[in-house]
Amino acid sequence: MGTSVSLTVNGKAVTADIDPRLLLVQFIRDHLGLTGTHIGCDTAQCGACTVFVNGNAVKSCSALAVQFNGADVTTIEGIGEPNGDMHPMQAAFKQCHGLQCGFCTPGMVMSAIDLVKRHRNGSLTEQAIRAGLDGNFCRCTGYHNIVKAVQLGAANMKGV
Amino acid sequence: MNAPEKVNTSIVGASVLRKEDYRFLTGNGKYTDDVRMPGQTYAYFVRSPHAHAKIRGINKSAALKAPGVIAIFTGDDLAADKVNGLPCGWLIHDVKGQPMKEPPHPALAQGKVRHVGDQVAVIIAETYSQAKDAGELLEVEYEVLPAVTDAAQALKPGAPAVHDAAPDNRCYLWSLGDKAATDAAFTQAHHVTKIDIINNRLIPNAIEPRAALAHYSRADESYTLYVASQNPHVERLLMTAFVLGLPEHKVRVIAPDVGGGFGSKIFLYAEETVLTWASKKVNRPIKWTAERSEAFLTDAHGRDHRTHAELALDKNGKFLGMRVHTIANLGAYLSTFGASVPTYLYGTLLAGQYTTPAIYVEVDAAFTNTTPVDAYRGAGRPEATYVVERLVAAAARETGIDQAEIRRRNFITTFPYQTPVALQYDTGDYKACLDGAMQLADVKGFPARKAEAEKRGKRRGLGYSTYIEACGLAPSNLAGQLGARAGLFEAGEVRVHPTGSVTVFTGSHSHGQGHETTFAQIVAQRLGMPIENVDIVHGDTGRIPFGMGTYGSRSIAVGGSAIVKALDKIEAKGKKIAAHLLEAAESDIEFKDGKFTVAGTDKNVTFGQVALTAYVPHNYPLDKLEPGLNETAFYDPTNFTYPAGAHICEVEIDPETGVVEVVNFTAVDDFGNIINPMIVEGQVHGGIGQGIGQALLENCVYDTDTGQLLTGSYMDYAMPRADDLPSFKVDTRVTPCTHNPLGVKGCGEAGAIGAPVAVINAVIDALAPLGVTHIDMPVSPERVWRAIQQAKA
Repeated sequence: MGTSVSLTVNGKAVTADIDPRLLLVQFIRDHLGLTGTHIGCDTAQCGACTVFVNGNAVKSCSALAVQFNGADVTTIEGIGEPNGDMHPMQAAFKQCHGLQCGFCTPGMVMSAIDLVKRHRNGSLTEQAIRAGLDGNFCRCTGYHNIVKAVQLGAANMKGV
Repeated sequence: MNAPEKVNTSIVGASVLRKEDYRFLTGNGKYTDDVRMPGQTYAYFVRSPHAHAKIRGINKSAALKAPGVIAIFTGDDLAADKVNGLPCGWLIHDVKGQPMKEPPHPALAQGKVRHVGDQVAVIIAETYSQAKDAGELLEVEYEVLPAVTDAAQALKPGAPAVHDAAPDNRCYLWSLGDKAATDAAFTQAHHVTKIDIINNRLIPNAIEPRAALAHYSRADESYTLYVASQNPHVERLLMTAFVLGLPEHKVRVIAPDVGGGFGSKIFLYAEETVLTWASKKVNRPIKWTAERSEAFLTDAHGRDHRTHAELALDKNGKFLGMRVHTIANLGAYLSTFGASVPTYLYGTLLAGQYTTPAIYVEVDAAFTNTTPVDAYRGAGRPEATYVVERLVAAAARETGIDQAEIRRRNFITTFPYQTPVALQYDTGDYKACLDGAMQLADVKGFPARKAEAEKRGKRRGLGYSTYIEACGLAPSNLAGQLGARAGLFEAGEVRVHPTGSVTVFTGSHSHGQGHETTFAQIVAQRLGMPIENVDIVHGDTGRIPFGMGTYGSRSIAVGGSAIVKALDKIEAKGKKIAAHLLEAAESDIEFKDGKFTVAGTDKNVTFGQVALTAYVPHNYPLDKLEPGLNETAFYDPTNFTYPAGAHICEVEIDPETGVVEVVNFTAVDDFGNIINPMIVEGQVHGGIGQGIGQALLENCVYDTDTGQLLTGSYMDYAMPRADDLPSFKVDTRVTPCTHNPLGVKGCGEAGAIGAPVAVINAVIDALAPLGVTHIDMPVSPERVWRAIQQAKA
C-alpha cells in the first residue's frame, strides 16, 4: 500500500511498508506499539508527542514517518536503563511530584532532557526552564513542580 | 460523630512519593487510545459546520462506497432502534415551581443541528483515515438558520429559538434566598456597591482528548466500553438505563488511565453512546479518539455567566444584604450536570466567608447555539467566588476600608453556621488563613515593592480572595430534594488476601489526583502495614462494586470515607477472629500497629495471622463467623465539606503595553486533615494555574453572526504555558471536617476557585490610581491598555 521506511527506534532496527501520509507519532504508536508517546493536539502546540530524532527533540505529530528513513529515534520507552531503572530526569519528576495525570509527562520529560542538553555550558535558571518548556502543555501541575523537577533532573544529569 | 483528632502519624500526613508515577514516567500508562482490540475498527464523526440548521437530507451512497467503509449511521438509525436522547442528571424547578425545559438531546442529530460540531453521522471504517476520508463524501444538505451564541441575546424577544420546546430559549428562571428580607436590607444600607461582571467562557482542555473503544461480544451478549471518564459507573447507569435500554449487568465500562478531566470527562457524551450501540451493529470493536479540534467543539465548556450584583453595607462596613442576577449560558443542550452548575453549585455559595444575613439570587439560564456548558474545575463555585470577592473588593475601595479589614469585619467566626442560601458550614477559621496568607505574601513589604516598581514606570497591585467552596458531594437525600437524579454516596471494598496484603476497590476515579498513593496511605496506616502491601483499583465497573466517581473534590471526603467504613468492618471482624485465637472476650481486643492485643496484656496476634486464619479456618468460630476477610461499605455524607482559604495575588503591569505579570501568588487553604501534603500542594498548584489562566489568558469566543467557534485550536485559545505562570507560595491551616471519619474536606478545585478573582482584584488595585474600577477576564494586554486609555479620557 505504500512506501518502505527503515529506521532505528530505541536501538532496534525497524523496517515497515507504510502509508506515505502516516505521521511519525502514528508509526510509533500504532505500528510499533510504543504508546508512551501521546497525541494531545494536531498542531504541534502541546508537545505530548515529543521524541528524539538523531538526538534532537521533535514533535512527532507534525512529521511524516517517511521523512525519517535512516534516522535514529528515541521515545520515552528508550531513555531509561536496560534494567528498567529510570533516567535521572524521570526520577526527578517523581521526586518533585512533577506529574499528575501523566499524559503530558513523556513529552515533558523528553523536552526537559533536550533542554538540559542544550544548556550544558550555561546555567539553567527558572526563567530559562519556563521559556524552554514553552512548547509543552501541562494542564495539571501549574508547572510549579515541573520546574523544580527539571532543576533537580539537570543536577542529576551532570556527568551522565 | 465527634470531631476527629488531627491525624499526625507516620504514613498519613507524609509526603509519600506516588506509586503510580513509574508507569507514567516510563511510557507504561494505559490510556483509552492505548488499548487495542483484535479486529478493531475506527469511527469518524461527521459534525455540523453550522451553528444552527435544518438537515434537509443525508445521502450516504458515495461515502458508503469509499475504501474501507463498514457502516454509516445517522440519527434516523438511532431513532429506528428507539435509542433515547442523552439525559440530564439534575432537574431544576423554576421560580414558579415548574420543571425546567428539557428538550431532547439526540446522540446523532435528528432533523436539526444546534451548534458547530453537533454530531450528524458516524462513519465506521477499517482505518481512521478511511473513515475520515469517507466523511468528505457524505452529502448532508443543510438549510442554515439564524443562530444565537450569547445568552443575554438569546433571552431577548425575537431571538432565534434553539429548541421548539423552549421558544424563548429559557431553560429556567431560578431563584434562591429571601427576596423580601434582602430588599429590606438594602433599604437600611449606608452604602450600596454595584458591579456588572462577566465570567468568561472556558474550554477545559484536558491534555488527553476524549476517547472510547466499544466492543460487543455475541458469546455472552455483553458490551465492554473503554472510555476516558471520571465516573464509569455513572456513565454505565445513564447509558444503559436512559439511552440504550441495555441490561446494566451486560455492560462493563472501564476508565483506565485518564489524562486529566477537570470536569469535562464526568458527562455522558454522544460519542461513547453511539459507539456502544454501533459495536453490536457492526459486530466488531470500534475506536474513536477526539482530535483536538473536536475537543474544542464538543467537550462541555465551562463558566459563561453575565452578572449584576449589589452589596448593601452599614456605616461600619458590615454586609447587610446581597442581590445577584445572573444570566447563564447552558449551550445548545443540557449536558449531564449542566442544569445544576449555575444553580445549586453557584447560588448556595454566595454567602462566601461572610455573615451577610440576607441574600437573594436569580439565575436566568438560556439555550444558545453553542457547545453545551457544564462543570469545569470548581463548577459554579468559581463563579460565586468571583461575584462575592469582586463585590467585597469594590465595596472596600468605595468605602475606604482596607481590603483585609473589611473581610475580617464580616468573617463568620462561629460554627456551625447556617447561611441564608441553604448551606450549613461545619467548621473553618477564615482569619487564620487570611493572616497566614498575608504573612506569606509579605503584605507588609508591598508598599516598598510598589514604590520600586513605580520608579521603573510599572504599576503594582495586590488582590485578595477569601473564598469558600462546598465539596464532598453530597448527602443523597438533600441532593435528591434539590433535583439530583442520582445518589451521591461512594463505595469502597477492602479485600484482604490470605497472606495479609490488601487490594482496595474504590468508586472514586483518579485521573491525576494520586489516589493510588493517598488511599493506600489511609489503608496502610489503619492496618499497620507498609504502603507497598496495599493496591488501589479504580475505574472498572467489572471489578468495583459501585461508584459515583470523581468530581467536586469529593474523592477523599466521600470515597476515602467509604474505604474507612470498610476498614471499620475489617477491624471488627478481625477482632472476632483474634478473640477466638487468643481465647479472650471480643470486647477486650484492641487493634493497633497491625496487632490485635488482649487489653492490658502482651498476648497478641498479627493482622497477617488473622488474615490467614480467615482464609484457612481450621481453628475458627465457623458456627458464628463466615470465613474470609473482605468487606464493602457505602458511605453517604451527612453534609457537604467546606474547604476555604485566602489567596493573595501581586501583579505588575506595564501601563504602556498593558501586559500583566503575576509576580507573586500566595494561597493559604484549609482542607481539613491532609493525608499527603505533596499531593495536596500539587492539586493547589494546578488549580491556581487554571485560575490564573482564566484571569489572564483563556477565553472561548464565538462569532456572533455565524456561531463559529473562533478559539478552536491551541493557536487561538490561550492555554497557560510554563512561562506565563510564576512559582506559587502555598500553605495550609487545619480545621478538621466535623462529619466525616478522616476530618478531610477536599482540595482539587480550590486553586481554580480562589485564584481568578485574586488576580483581577490585583489588576484593579494596580490600575485604580489611574481611574480604572472595572475590567473583565481575561485581562489581555489589549483590554488593560484600553481600560487605562478609557479612564484617561
